[in-house]
Amino acid sequence: MSAAVTAPIRPLDLSGTPSVPMSRLIGVELRKMADTRAGKWLLIAIGLITAAAVVIFFFAAPDDDRVFLNFMGITATPQGFLLPVLGILLVCSEWTQRTALVTFTLTPIRSRVIVAKIAAALVFGAAAIVLAVLVAALATLLAGAPDPWQNIGWDSIGKFTILQASGVLQGLAFGLLFLNTAAAIVTFFVVPIAFNVVASIWTAMRDIQPWVDLGFSQQPLFLGGDMSGEQWAQLAVGTLIWVVLPVVVGFWRVLRAEVK
Amino acid sequence: MIKVEGLTKTFGDFVAVDDVSFESRPGRVTGFLGPNGAGKTTTMRILVGLTRTTQGEATIGGHHYGDIPNPGRHVGVLLDASAQHGGRTGREVLTLGARTMGLPPERVDEMLELVSLTPTEAKRRVRNYSLGMRQRLGIAHALLGDPSVLVLDEPANGLDPAGIHWMRGLLRDYANRGGTVLLSSHLLHEVEVIADELIVIGNGRIVAQGTKAELLQTAGTFVRSVDNDALARALHDSGMTAVPSGEGGFRSDADPAEVGKVAAEAGVALVELRPADGAGLEEMFLQLTADTQREGDTR
Repeated sequence: MSAAVTAPIRPLDLSGTPSVPMSRLIGVELRKMADTRAGKWLLIAIGLITAAAVVIFFFAAPDDDRVFLNFMGITATPQGFLLPVLGILLVCSEWTQRTALVTFTLTPIRSRVIVAKIAAALVFGAAAIVLAVLVAALATLLAGAPDPWQNIGWDSIGKFTILQASGVLQGLAFGLLFLNTAAAIVTFFVVPIAFNVVASIWTAMRDIQPWVDLGFSQQPLFLGGDMSGEQWAQLAVGTLIWVVLPVVVGFWRVLRAEVK
Repeated sequence: MIKVEGLTKTFGDFVAVDDVSFESRPGRVTGFLGPNGAGKTTTMRILVGLTRTTQGEATIGGHHYGDIPNPGRHVGVLLDASAQHGGRTGREVLTLGARTMGLPPERVDEMLELVSLTPTEAKRRVRNYSLGMRQRLGIAHALLGDPSVLVLDEPANGLDPAGIHWMRGLLRDYANRGGTVLLSSHLLHEVEVIADELIVIGNGRIVAQGTKAELLQTAGTFVRSVDNDALARALHDSGMTAVPSGEGGFRSDADPAEVGKVAAEAGVALVELRPADGAGLEEMFLQLTADTQREGDTR
């Protein structure tokens, strides 16, 4: 047995113990996502499906359409489905597997854990966009369409970033709200469909839809082109309702939840 | 080191913990004994800041757990060995803990060795662990940060007799090195083997506390015979008490010699005659268990 397990135990003295830096908590959260089978395969799936979408478009689209912005655009939909699931898993696996008991014992200030999870979710979202840019750029080079880099700039990359960041955060928020993987995933995917159904039947709904239907107000983000001030305002309101509000309420819930 | 004062916790109308006070000191293994649902887990959860108190407070070294920076370095906690992600390997579970606490990766190997989990076992997913292996992993996790206090909820649950013996050695050594240990159990025998001091809790209230020697020292005699009815009558006729105790025997306040004499005079053959030892504690504990057993095992 080494000295580390036979030495005398000192009395409790907190003076020499710094608190755990946030960077370390974020690192642990990133690792937790990748060290289980479900998490690892979700990450692999995001990578593979992003690449597959680009490859399929490469062969399916006419030569003139094989430009960078189109390649980027084609990755938006599959990533938009999978990144929220990642956000949900990041939170809910702690509850379904009951590891929250250990996590909150090692970090009793629960808000720090949630902030670390939000940061980790954004890191994964950013990584997905970097991957999309790389794959799209590679496909663009291989395609050799005339003027393939048209209309791109920080503006379009920025819009993709907003789109995927809000998706992964919305997933995380639904996770915090429900603390149950199945409930969070089902709600996340059913709510937009229910919205469309209601809007198609109830005409009054159609007028406010751009303001309350996030899926609707996010469309300009990946369709390209300039967004009007009203469109930005609609995006902001939708994001407030479907991302910010659930994060706030979920945050509050987790701070008070009895961890079993 | 651990100080619990006037702790009360209610969930609606239900009083889970009722004015509980005790201390757990360095160099001692304190056993927290009570039937399932007696309030042990709730008390420990309050101690480590997972549950809020209704009244009273619990401190470790004078600090509330939530105020301790990087608490894993000071207080080792095992609340539920099964609360681990089944898909992670044993080694990964410890690695996550070590990373959170800022410990070198070698510490993980040391702890695996300490709890006798082989490298092959450490590579297996926790889902495939027996409860005993999970307990060992949980102990390793609690000891990772080289803490000065250990809080362990039912750590011996699922361990075989050899495992319980091993844990006694480990905790004994830890306490001898100056550590403070608070552990809970719903089995009198387990706690008797491992702890120096006992706190007995039932229905949220402390019913007895003291050193093991104090609590186990019961005056009188334990006696068992082939004809208990006749023996009870004879003892009663001689003016001696006879309370049913243990398995088919009696406890009497009289000396073993006197009880033996009465039995001989009455012509009742004895099967067992000895000083009562822990019989009093056992009776009290059985009483507590009988009261709560109908409610079933809820935790």
